[in-house]
Amino acid sequence: MSRTKIYWKGLDELHNTPEFQESAANEFTPEATADIFNDGNESTEAGTKRRDFLKFMGFSIGAATLAACETPVMRSVPYLNKPEDITPGVPNWYASSFFDGVDYASILVKTREGRPIKVIGNRRSTVTLGGVNARINSSVLSLYDAARAKGPLKGGAESTWNEVDRDIVIGLKKAASEGKQVVLLTETIISPSTKHAIAEFTEAFGDVKHVILDSLSVSGVLAANEESFGVRALADYQFDKAEVVVSFGSDFLSATPNSNANAARYAKMRKPKDGKMSRHFQFEANMSLTGSNADVRVAQKPSETIDSLVALYNRIASATGGSVVSGGVDSPEVSKAASELLAAKGKGIVISGSNSKAEQVLVNAINSQLGNIGTTIDLTNPLLLRQGNDADMAALVVDMNAGKVGALLIHGVNPSYSYFDAEKFNSGLAKVDITVSFADRLDETAEKVGILTPDHHYLESWNDAEPKAGHYSLVQPTIQPLFNTRQFQESLLKWSGNDSDYYTYIRENWKGSIYSASLNPVFANFFNTALFEGVYENGATEAVAIAFKGDVNAAAAALPKYSGDFELQLYVKAGAGDGSQANNPWLQELPDPVSRVTWDNYLTMSPTQMKELGFSRLERGDFMADVAILTANGVTLKIPVYPSPGQKYGTVGLAVGYGRTAAGKSGNGVGVNAFPLAKDGSFSVGGVTISSANEKYEIAQLQSHHTLMGRESIVKETTFAEYSKDAKAGNPRVEFYVASAPSAARKAAATAHGQEHGHDGHAHADDHGHENYKIGAADANLWGNHAIDSGHRWGMAIDLNKCIGCGACVTACGAENNVPVVGKEEVRRGRDMHWLRIDRYYTSDMTTERAKAEGVGAIDKFTAMEAAAVAPRVAYQPVMCQHCNHAPCETVCPVAATTHSDEGLNQMTYNRCIGTRYCANNCPYKVRRFNWFQYHDGSKEFGNNPANSELGRMVLNPDVVVRDRGVMEKCSFCVQGIQAAKLKAKKMGRKVLDEEVQSACAEACPTHAIAFGDLNDTESRVASKAKDERSYHLLEEVGVQPNVYYMTKVRNLTSEEV
Amino acid sequence: MASHEAAIREPLILNDKTYHQISEDIARPIEGAANRSWWILFTIAVMAMLWGVGCILYTIGVGIGTWGLNKTVEWAWDITNFVWWVGIGHAGTLISAVLLLFRQKWRMAINRSAEAMTIFAVICAALFPGIHMGRIWMAYWVLPLPNQFGSLWVNFNSPLLWDVFAIGTYFSVSLVFWYIGLIPDFATIRDRAVTAGKPIREAIYGIMSFGWSGNARAWHRFEEISLVLAGIATPLVLSVHTIVSMDFATSVIPGWHTTIFPPYFVAGAIFSGFAMVQTLMLVMRKVVSMESYITINHVELMNKVIILTGSIVGIAYITELFVAWYSGVEYEQYAFLNRATGPYWWAYWAMMSCNVITPQIFWIRKVRRSIWLTFIISIFVNIGMWFERFVIIVTSLHRDYLPSSWSMFYPTWVDIGIFIGTLGIFGTFFLLYARTFPVLPIAEVKSILKSSGSQFKKDHH
Repeated sequence: MSRTKIYWKGLDELHNTPEFQESAANEFTPEATADIFNDGNESTEAGTKRRDFLKFMGFSIGAATLAACETPVMRSVPYLNKPEDITPGVPNWYASSFFDGVDYASILVKTREGRPIKVIGNRRSTVTLGGVNARINSSVLSLYDAARAKGPLKGGAESTWNEVDRDIVIGLKKAASEGKQVVLLTETIISPSTKHAIAEFTEAFGDVKHVILDSLSVSGVLAANEESFGVRALADYQFDKAEVVVSFGSDFLSATPNSNANAARYAKMRKPKDGKMSRHFQFEANMSLTGSNADVRVAQKPSETIDSLVALYNRIASATGGSVVSGGVDSPEVSKAASELLAAKGKGIVISGSNSKAEQVLVNAINSQLGNIGTTIDLTNPLLLRQGNDADMAALVVDMNAGKVGALLIHGVNPSYSYFDAEKFNSGLAKVDITVSFADRLDETAEKVGILTPDHHYLESWNDAEPKAGHYSLVQPTIQPLFNTRQFQESLLKWSGNDSDYYTYIRENWKGSIYSASLNPVFANFFNTALFEGVYENGATEAVAIAFKGDVNAAAAALPKYSGDFELQLYVKAGAGDGSQANNPWLQELPDPVSRVTWDNYLTMSPTQMKELGFSRLERGDFMADVAILTANGVTLKIPVYPSPGQKYGTVGLAVGYGRTAAGKSGNGVGVNAFPLAKDGSFSVGGVTISSANEKYEIAQLQSHHTLMGRESIVKETTFAEYSKDAKAGNPRVEFYVASAPSAARKAAATAHGQEHGHDGHAHADDHGHENYKIGAADANLWGNHAIDSGHRWGMAIDLNKCIGCGACVTACGAENNVPVVGKEEVRRGRDMHWLRIDRYYTSDMTTERAKAEGVGAIDKFTAMEAAAVAPRVAYQPVMCQHCNHAPCETVCPVAATTHSDEGLNQMTYNRCIGTRYCANNCPYKVRRFNWFQYHDGSKEFGNNPANSELGRMVLNPDVVVRDRGVMEKCSFCVQGIQAAKLKAKKMGRKVLDEEVQSACAEACPTHAIAFGDLNDTESRVASKAKDERSYHLLEEVGVQPNVYYMTKVRNLTSEEV
Repeated sequence: MASHEAAIREPLILNDKTYHQISEDIARPIEGAANRSWWILFTIAVMAMLWGVGCILYTIGVGIGTWGLNKTVEWAWDITNFVWWVGIGHAGTLISAVLLLFRQKWRMAINRSAEAMTIFAVICAALFPGIHMGRIWMAYWVLPLPNQFGSLWVNFNSPLLWDVFAIGTYFSVSLVFWYIGLIPDFATIRDRAVTAGKPIREAIYGIMSFGWSGNARAWHRFEEISLVLAGIATPLVLSVHTIVSMDFATSVIPGWHTTIFPPYFVAGAIFSGFAMVQTLMLVMRKVVSMESYITINHVELMNKVIILTGSIVGIAYITELFVAWYSGVEYEQYAFLNRATGPYWWAYWAMMSCNVITPQIFWIRKVRRSIWLTFIISIFVNIGMWFERFVIIVTSLHRDYLPSSWSMFYPTWVDIGIFIGTLGIFGTFFLLYARTFPVLPIAEVKSILKSSGSQFKKDHH
């Protein structure tokens, strides 16, 4: 076969030129030279010349240098297949529930691209009424906690689920076979399905003892309710029906079970507009959040509070024909409380914060005699949020030490930390053959047990809850489990031999016990509706009065007695709670509402007493506290002392929830553990001795000046009686006299404003016959106004009467806006970054009027005003950027980084900011926050900032940029939400609806004290509040024309109480 | 220049100097070797400067958080130092421009060094607005440059922007004015180097003297441009500190929001500038043996300016208090009461005693003519004027409207380090200047020899 086709590689080969033949003979081409660099002069010899070498080297070094400049690596993983439910940039919301043994709330979880980033209250719930406190809305950060256990551990070493399952089942069987107790020690279980699973587990392993421990025990209350009414559960207080509230040391707005609902209901009775306002008496030792909101607060030692309670009982009993008991110390306040309670029979609440059964029986007797049971106090549909029994726990510890316990499974509690006799518990724990913890981390208890089988975070879990009899809610996962954890209930079921997943289990359980065909013909529809709504409430049964069956004489005889000069009252902080979320830096940096101290607990003491004992009262911005040595109940602690005006002389307060040693890097070593002082679960302790440790400790406080210095226009106040006479009471308009008539243009502007502010320029002749004109602060104006009367004008109205100071808005704002956590050291330097703060002011004994009457000079007056009164009244004032229409910050920025939007927003352009801080200096409200450091640079110093770790960054809101060092930041009115709502409205071809867009703070407020919306929408809630007679601008006289309104605080005081 | 002067006026040049002696005396520090005390001072100044530069680099590297500022007091030592240095810079222009226009011949002994001081002080001052920025790498955004960021432009409402222009103008005009005055003297040094056979010195001063030939046309133009620049510089004496004061006066903070500030600040600036001139001159006249030219008469004349401006400042302080009381504004009243009796009372009283009380003893002629007392009081005034700015900035901010935000300010070692560093920069520059530049204007001093020299006074008596 001849070749008919010629294949060739190039034309050279085809033509077979001499050059081709030559090159084909040379297998290797000659070395390349750098002739091109030689200006066309061919090199005479092959190789690289010196000049070429230098050129190459120069180029190479240049190239290498450029290449060495690191390009930031952006890790973004696109969805190859878009999940059906997820649209990048659009949040998904899921209804769920939070319960951690302390707080319960039905919640909504905001997720972005599969990450939960925010928790808000579910307003469908009639149990919590849409309220979430700071501890609950911060819980989303606890999900991304690096200290969480990454998988099962055996003897502290990593293990596998198969291995631990095998060991545990063997251990449990062994314990059962040896006749030893198998004990399940848990927090209060409010989940019906969990209870079912526990029952199944109990059945599988014979006689499993279920011991319930509440870290914040109300065992005495439960026992008292059982004795008095035959109901071992908690009353659901209807504060919205209570005209008189008398609290004996109960911090019912912040610390008691279901305090969110208490707060929401309480606030409803603090609306003076309806002509009705509750009267609130508080008898307590510490200045609690609740006490700070009271109309009449009586500072008493815990022992004196008992005397007052007995006296009140006797007064009520003698008035209603009940039997009088011995003891009691009467006082004018008790007598006043008694007469007011009697005048409002069935419309009062008497509540006690004590864990003593005797006291609670007396309280029950009072409420019963007043006919409050069944009206304001609902025990027909009781709360199930605490079920612990201190006696069971005490018995368990004895049994453990006696070696009677073969297996101990611990879920949701951390007794090595929170049990008062942790030492005894620990020694008993060592005697238990097999110990298992379901803790989410290697906490104080878990580090002592044999096996750790970490539970999911609640945001990764399925569960259900029955917080109140007949009221159910569901927990659904909002993210895949981050770590190799397994749900507690699934572990129990697995060990019991039930391999079903917990979701199916819950469905089956609901189908069997809650669902009935009459509710919905299809179970799946019923369940999915409940899941979608988060709650299923089959309606509360009508609350009825339950006859009191308690023995008041026995109770009076069994009242606790406290001895010694000092009495200690332990308390629960709004942020710290029981300490289970101690590793949550948002909560650590949330200031205590009353003391405004972050990152610590401390001994609160009356300033008078501090002076006597030689402790520094931290005056004039001092941060260096003295350290005291406290001894009580055989426990000695070294704690800094912090002045707390209103604290009863002879008492000290100390918060629990601190002093963790195995919580994680943010929680460890913060403060001291006060639980060991709470002997037998009693938070009131007698026989306390205090001495100086001769040490100093720097307190991280956000506020170092505590009185209003006579500036009453900042927090305007009036009394209910005055308000009823004149709705403008306490809210005088700021007006200026001007010598000449306002120009026509000015007048027009003044009139336009006048419609809103209720005033206009009007002539007024002075004594000399000169005509003066009175104009409002907004009209005393050199400049033209922004065009803000058309389109949107975002604004806010904050009702100081409803704000209880809880701080839920502060953490919600932080979560929404990626506000950095700066840590204790930066707070000490006065550099917290909170965009929203709640100022707390104490009244002072010195007032402008008093100084005038007594002829006190200005210097002495102001010096005296710096000290809070011995029995101060307290006012809270949330302050964020006021979005001034004549903003002082806007004019002074040299680069126009902060500007006014045509919707009334004061905008901050981070990218343009060069950080001169002039704006912050010129802000009369001091709401601007500067990034002093790169708070997210990964350094150890700011290790508490979530933005500093891969895991922590998952909580960041992708709609809000994380600010760099050197730029100013501040409240934006959650502009990202405004933009989203506007976009949605535009797509739907309608206007933005009222309350469709909510700032994070307004959304979080359990008492609805904050209204946010469009001031130009006359129908909006915020516009109607802005027009209210109580509304005023903060520092109105400065003339910056804010878009935030405050509403006068109305106290329900009689004229002699004023 | 007038060539007749009353014989009873004190001579401005003592010890019967001749023209040649003047050249010799002024050129001596440049041509001779530095003595030991110069080297000691120079070493200290350079070390302080390096320390300060280190602190500045640390600030830029780590953040403004290295300073003691907080959420309430967001300016403290940075702007205090800025205003203090700018104030010090005022004397130079006043002496060289205003006194030139008023034909005050005594200015000739001190104007060169006062102007040098102005230049160096403004350099120190200009550092602070730069380094106090959170993002100094974006500092060029304060300039109205065309840019590609869209329609971004500077905010002409902001006094901080006016500062940029004011300081920029002031610095450039002062520099040009100073340098033009130096040209004939550089030429003198150059010419002396030729005679002495120093080729390197000849070359350097030859370049610096811009080929000055000393002919009549050159002198004519020299005189003309001096007058023109004096005319340009005179309003700057008033404008710069006026604008600096507007950083505060246009704000809403009680204690800052004060219409009295522009004249008050200008007077304060001249006051502090003269005090700093005294401090430096009294040392310099001794170190470089200029007692014949910077006479006790000069010292007394400057002390008179100090007592005048010091009294204006004192009146301003009292007026502030009066207006605060008279205004009826509770915030304003408290701001001033707090200054005097609040946590920073010591700063207020340091300011009051240094600025208002101590200069008053200059009413006594003996004190005015005492070198030692003048030196001590000039130091007091320097300290007092620093405290004045600290009082205005920190005590106004630390307790403003809402008591919840009230706080204290404590400086960190970086704050202190940067301040010391600017003293080092100033000292280094000044010491180098004293060794390389004619510290007195040779030509101008010669121009008054026949009218104000001691010998000629005697002759005409």
